[in-house]
Amino acid sequence: MAAIRVEHLRKQYADTRAVDDLTFGVAAGEVYALLGENGAGKSTTIEILEGHREATSGIVEVLERDPWNAGREFRDRIGIVLQSSGIETEFTVREVVELYGGCYRSPRSLDEVVALAGLDEKIDARIGSLSGGQRRRVDLALGILGRPDVLFLDEPTTGFDPAARRRSWDLIESLGSDGTTVLLTTHYLDEAEHLADRVGVLAAGRLIAEGTPEELINRTSGTVVSFMLPDSVVPADAPSIFAPLVGADVRVAGRLVEASIDRPTAAVHRLTGWALEAGVELESLAVHRASLEDVYLSLTSGTSEERTPDAERSTSEVIAGESP
Amino acid sequence: MSATGFPSTTRLLWTQTVYQLRSFRRIPIAVFFTLGLPLIMLVLFNALFGSHPVDTPTGSWSTAQFYTGGLAAFTAVSATFTNLANMVPLRRDEGVLKRWRGTPLPTWLYLGGFICSAVAIAVAGATAMLALGVVAYDLDVEAAKVPAAIATFLIGVSAFAALGMALAAVVKSASSASAAANAIILPLAFVSSVFVELDDAPRWLEVVGDVFPLKPFVESFQACFNPTISAPAFEWAKMGYVALWGLAGLLVALKRFRWEPSGSAPRGRRARRVATS
Repeated sequence: MAAIRVEHLRKQYADTRAVDDLTFGVAAGEVYALLGENGAGKSTTIEILEGHREATSGIVEVLERDPWNAGREFRDRIGIVLQSSGIETEFTVREVVELYGGCYRSPRSLDEVVALAGLDEKIDARIGSLSGGQRRRVDLALGILGRPDVLFLDEPTTGFDPAARRRSWDLIESLGSDGTTVLLTTHYLDEAEHLADRVGVLAAGRLIAEGTPEELINRTSGTVVSFMLPDSVVPADAPSIFAPLVGADVRVAGRLVEASIDRPTAAVHRLTGWALEAGVELESLAVHRASLEDVYLSLTSGTSEERTPDAERSTSEVIAGESP
Repeated sequence: MSATGFPSTTRLLWTQTVYQLRSFRRIPIAVFFTLGLPLIMLVLFNALFGSHPVDTPTGSWSTAQFYTGGLAAFTAVSATFTNLANMVPLRRDEGVLKRWRGTPLPTWLYLGGFICSAVAIAVAGATAMLALGVVAYDLDVEAAKVPAAIATFLIGVSAFAALGMALAAVVKSASSASAAANAIILPLAFVSSVFVELDDAPRWLEVVGDVFPLKPFVESFQACFNPTISAPAFEWAKMGYVALWGLAGLLVALKRFRWEPSGSAPRGRRARRVATS
């Protein structure tokens, strides 16, 4: 049974289409990550599923209900961790857990929830005195308070230090293994790779790829070659020099040169041959299996390329019109 | 526990009210302006106007007899209108309202807790004011007028709570809400018989006072303590007018109330127009 069903979802704000013909589903007990840059439509999508926003068109079902018109029985079965939302700063952790927990049919106990969220030592601290990361853990605690069947996590670990992130991952993983359906948004690729059973990649409100992290990695070129740009080559020339050598598009970020390649042996052979001939050392030369990050970068650069012809045409037209 | 498995409505409303009162107690500036300042005004008025007895056909009365009721009514307005117009937008800006809307608590119960706590603060503030009047300034409370006083008070706080919610609904942010509430209520208090009785005021000031609901409420509540007015002392016309203002406030609040901080997404008429286009 699908816990979440989204078909042809569209959300239009005044002059922007935040979500555009989005279709995906999340099975009961699955952990699904929506991955994308800021502004890709992740938060809009998750807030529509939570019932905070109304869809412009399309079908949206969570636990077989339309979230926008669902009542308190529905909200008793979901847990929401918004990207940013305040908590009454005058209250202590104990008080907010008691106050919010009192609205659910069968809330978790105070002890259970603070233990899960790692807030044992802060139980009598006022929310106002907590650090940003600790407040985020209170957000998580309040999200899981009602033993939700579906948990929505909108960028749950943004702003966490690495140790706190690991702890949150453990919590989310344990919820996932308990059969809770989790929909999370993130722009951390390692987070998606670590937690998600399946990943949907969003760009400009559209789903541009979907699958298990493994599938996504295997679908695109599975190997990445990377090295530091030799001093003798200016960054602007790097694509024209290296792309023919490795037989693929080359990404240059700072001094790092990367390419996703299909046939590593031949590519590395040509690359090292060129380097020996030119008498330069390719520092940090590495050939490794693609990560989700590589997949993501190649996917999103693909979408921007699709749009460039239009943009280029209009720019060149303007220039042509203005030139004497 | 009710049949639906959820805690009962009474229990939820009680919990919400208790928590709102607790949060109010923990914001010293709110406690001072809502409860402390009006009491200080009573003390100052007595120091300024003295305690010369006022002679009337029915006897001699302390000056406090003629303004303590008005100050008590003003305290009630601070606790409801000003307090709600400040706190509700603050909670909205913080995102607390949005968080609550995602819980199984019916939204009206959240706002109900806010309103009940405001009324409780109003009762506490007015009672403290009258008690200080009785104890320190020879205020006389007639038993026969107490029912009228209670009825006037309840209609007044309900109306001003609704108006506070209406203002909370229409303002954009907490900082503008606080400014708007004070910019409305303080000048109005001067033309509404709260601090001074307007005997020779220009006509237009009287009209301004009569148009807005503060003056009819203050005068009606003060009438319950005025020895020249006999029991039951309930001002039907004035309180009917206050109730109408309250209903208008309620309509605005219901129609315009927002749960999300401003700026997070287009909403209201603009969003609907876009959605239907």
